[in-house]
Amino acid sequence: MAEVALRSVVKRFDDVEAVRSIDLDIPNNEFVVLVGPSGCGKSTTLRMIAGLEEVTAGEIFIGGELVNDLPPKDRDIAMVFQNYALYPHMTAYENMSFGLRLRKFSKAEIRQRVENAARILDITDLLDRRPKALSGGQRQRVAMGRAIVRNPKVFLFDEPLSNLDAKLRVQMRTEIKRVHQKVKTTTVYVTHDQVEAMTLADRVVVMHRGRIEQIGTPQDLYHHPKTRFVAGFIGSPAMNFAPCKLEQNGVGLRINVSDAISFPLSEAQGARCRSVVGKNLILGLRPEHITEPRQGERGNRSQFTTTLDVVEPMGMETLVYFRISGTEICGRVDPASAGAPGAEMALQANLDHLHLIDPETDLVL
Amino acid sequence: MTATAISTQRSRRLSVGASLKRNRRWALITSYVFLILFAIFFLIPPYYMIVTSLKSDAEVAHMATNPWIIADGITFDQYKLLFTESDFLIYFKNTAIVTVCVVAITMVVSVLAAFSLGRMRFWGSSILATGIFLTYLIPDTLLFIPLFQIVRSLGLLNSYWGMVLVYPTLTVPFCTWIMIGYFQSIPKELDEAALIDGAGHMQMLLKIFIPVALPGIIAATIFAFTVSWAAFVYPMAFLYSSDQQVLTVGTVTSLIRADVYKWGMLMAGALVAAAPPLAIYAFLMDYYIAGLTAGATKG
Repeated sequence: MAEVALRSVVKRFDDVEAVRSIDLDIPNNEFVVLVGPSGCGKSTTLRMIAGLEEVTAGEIFIGGELVNDLPPKDRDIAMVFQNYALYPHMTAYENMSFGLRLRKFSKAEIRQRVENAARILDITDLLDRRPKALSGGQRQRVAMGRAIVRNPKVFLFDEPLSNLDAKLRVQMRTEIKRVHQKVKTTTVYVTHDQVEAMTLADRVVVMHRGRIEQIGTPQDLYHHPKTRFVAGFIGSPAMNFAPCKLEQNGVGLRINVSDAISFPLSEAQGARCRSVVGKNLILGLRPEHITEPRQGERGNRSQFTTTLDVVEPMGMETLVYFRISGTEICGRVDPASAGAPGAEMALQANLDHLHLIDPETDLVL
Repeated sequence: MTATAISTQRSRRLSVGASLKRNRRWALITSYVFLILFAIFFLIPPYYMIVTSLKSDAEVAHMATNPWIIADGITFDQYKLLFTESDFLIYFKNTAIVTVCVVAITMVVSVLAAFSLGRMRFWGSSILATGIFLTYLIPDTLLFIPLFQIVRSLGLLNSYWGMVLVYPTLTVPFCTWIMIGYFQSIPKELDEAALIDGAGHMQMLLKIFIPVALPGIIAATIFAFTVSWAAFVYPMAFLYSSDQQVLTVGTVTSLIRADVYKWGMLMAGALVAAAPPLAIYAFLMDYYIAGLTAGATKG
């Protein structure tokens, strides 16, 4: 049980700067997910916390102690790897107890800890099997068990679910969350899957090109992204982006997406955007805020009619794709109201949820 | 679809299946033919040796008899003579001592060398690894001249302990090379997991790498054993008295006197000398469990 702190941490591989000055505070017991596309430096950051990579510059603290020069075994951490990294010649029991045996725990203590962890993970029956005789999900549980028995200060997960098939991945995701609720250890979890990040995390750290783009709760990131990258990365299907222009319209402001489509901004939104009137901007709107016209809903709505390109039924909703001035836009509509591809359809944009992005800085206004 | 169309399709599928089966049968027949040919080819010399070693000297010397069969009855005289009248047992003991020592030295040195070269990246490690392999490419027929000087200056000329020293020059480079390959094939995450679990480098080697790389270690052991059991050039050059001699050279020099060949004893000696490697191969092959690493990581 400990907090983790990163202070201006930098990692350079020869000429490549993989991590460019990261500051991060993880309080005790928190579940933090580092998420970003491949090559964003998230795994490198995790490996630096683990002590598997040296820190080029900056400081890493675990439980208030500076660990830059401590070897992994003295950092009191446990790590779960993407490919499990189980010792192939040992049974599940031996795999889980290996660290404890090296640390000279008594036999009774080891047995008690392993059995306890096995109960939490529901692998009591598998303890005398070798990794070869286990399925992917079972191997992943054993790998987690190896981390749990150590009762470390910090759990580190390096894309632990990406080798599992889709169904198992969802199951294990729930499992990891359940385990964390039980053992309540500070956890740093790396993934490239934003759904995993959203579902698991107390706080999500979005990384991009070696930098932290934004840190926040899943809801926070979803509703209030600070940069264009975060806006586009979090959420599936991804947020729609369309070039637009902000224009003066009497006392209020107007957004011009195309000659045919333009709509007024609410006063609150307008107040934030006074300084960029007349500039080319990017309009961001999530697919769920482009729907069929719905009666009785309040707020700033704008209706328009468009020709559908592609229609994708998902069951409880249908995704419709159409183009506005050359940009593909996605909307989520009620299956009953969706038209056929090529057909005209009236749609409604919920402008209370729009985001305006300055293309020069990529910041959300 | 009409009935005729269905039936033609079905017959086509049947004929495809039949031709596949026919292909497979032909492949099997060809394999067997060649395997049997090879087996005969390789088993003729041992058969000839066994037959000759079980004949009396008189029968061997008698030119009119058929060399492929034993006409005058089986006799173990050749073996009796070999064990009582010649120094064969001394050679056998010397070879056994040399081989055990060489295998032990080779495995300790090459496993440690391979672990450091293959797993602990350091400046010059890959050049060093290639360099080690290059030394193996120099034939022993060239090396024995400078080695003679070295062995003599150490006072080990005409001592089988000298062999314990020189054989590793052949075995260590090759075994190191084999082990580097094996160690490198072990996923990197395994050492990282061990590091985090609290293992030092020595523990990592003993508890993770050696067990996981067991097939490689066995292959290297077999190689080292074969080389030192069958070495001929070095003992030929460095050993000359009978009490220090090893099997390969000893059998040949003591059982061939000028143009007198003691064929029966030679064959008996060759067979007895070949028994330990045969036994070891048979025994270790059972333990040669390839695919031990399966399941360590997602393949």
